[in-house]
Amino acid sequence: MTWIGANLGLILDLTAVHLWQSVVALVLGVILSVPLGRLAWRYRLVRGPLILLTGLLYTIPSLALLILLPAVLGYSAISETNLVVALTVYAVAILVRAVADGLDSVDDDVRRAATAMGYGSARRFWTVELPLAGPVILAGVRVTAMSTIALATVGTLIGVTNLGYLFTNGLDRRLIEEVFAGVAAVVVLAVLVDALLVLAGRLLMPWQRAATGRGRAARTPAEEVSA
Amino acid sequence: MNFFADAIRWLADPEQWTGSYALPVLLGQHLLYTVVSVLIAVVIAVPTGWLIGHTGRGREIAVAVSGAARAVPSFGLLILLVLLFGVLQVPAAALVTFVLLAIPSLLAGAYSGIEAIDRRVLDAARAVGMTPWQVFWKVEFRLGLPLLIGGLRAATLQVIATVTIAAYVNLGGLGWPIIQGIPLRRFDEVLAGAILVAVLALVVDLLFAVAQRAAVPAGVRAVAT
Repeated sequence: MTWIGANLGLILDLTAVHLWQSVVALVLGVILSVPLGRLAWRYRLVRGPLILLTGLLYTIPSLALLILLPAVLGYSAISETNLVVALTVYAVAILVRAVADGLDSVDDDVRRAATAMGYGSARRFWTVELPLAGPVILAGVRVTAMSTIALATVGTLIGVTNLGYLFTNGLDRRLIEEVFAGVAAVVVLAVLVDALLVLAGRLLMPWQRAATGRGRAARTPAEEVSA
Repeated sequence: MNFFADAIRWLADPEQWTGSYALPVLLGQHLLYTVVSVLIAVVIAVPTGWLIGHTGRGREIAVAVSGAARAVPSFGLLILLVLLFGVLQVPAAALVTFVLLAIPSLLAGAYSGIEAIDRRVLDAARAVGMTPWQVFWKVEFRLGLPLLIGGLRAATLQVIATVTIAAYVNLGGLGWPIIQGIPLRRFDEVLAGAILVAVLALVVDLLFAVAQRAAVPAGVRAVAT
């Protein structure tokens, strides 16, 4: 524990940077996925190609994506922006599906009731459909948050500093403790963010607990695998 | 698009096709590590997953394992195991990492494939006099196969991505041109490596997609359409 004790400040600094990079990617991912997911849900013709395209991007290994994206879009590969853009792409790949699935899970009767009460399409989306799709979307956000935080460490290979630095530096210095500290910090950060998301979900969607018996708050393992 | 022209030129250079870092050698290493580690993971995870799906026991453990695995950074796990095994045992440490990373998806694919089967189908199988073994082999295995292949697909792609990163610990593979090129700022080489890795992943994904579709029994497909 000597290394960890002596370098607690460094670990905390790297954790803060790591959290920042992950949160920016996650927030951007959610902001982009809500309209895209709605588009995919509404138009069957858009859904197929959109899910296919994001699926293909998701398939590309992280290290390759970190090189290909800047080459296609024309910015420097060795930058924090590059890492955040790549993480956002992965986030969108998971979240577009989650948003479309979430909107699928909204009862059509509820939708018709809102229309009958005179809700226009935009107001119905923001005040009825999106909140009711919330639990399924939140399940997608939780998966995305976990994988984004773990994946961000690859950034160290393209020269972006975050908790991944503890892996490469630990290897260079043959310090198992440093690498272990890095892995542990990533896992703890992921678990904390996940707990915050669950808490936020309970506060924002208080009806969720009452409905979990029949609602689809989370994907079943079968859907998880076929996704 | 200039970058891509440079990368293609690098790929076409005969120098890339001979010696111990020739592209076919790197591809072979990449595939070998992937296939061996996924096969070992299959031997461990698939029977366990089937047992969980068949008996319904230990489901919580399987869910917890596949959930927790998402939070573990594969690159960190790799380096941790390399240091634990000792720097001379890099291939063994890397292999263990890949196997560990492949297990959660395979476990989930195996047990959820069986769990997703309609209980009435299993009751019907028993009612027509099938032995437990026949129920497993003729019903559960066949109906669970598409989801199992889905798990295999996720596990294989995860391993392909991690083998790429493992070039950092001198394991070879198609990640090598990327890892070697970045500090030297040889961007033609880096981009060429990235293209090869992406193509490999996309081709493997496509093959699994086809296999997954073909694995749906004809009877089930007829009902679905």
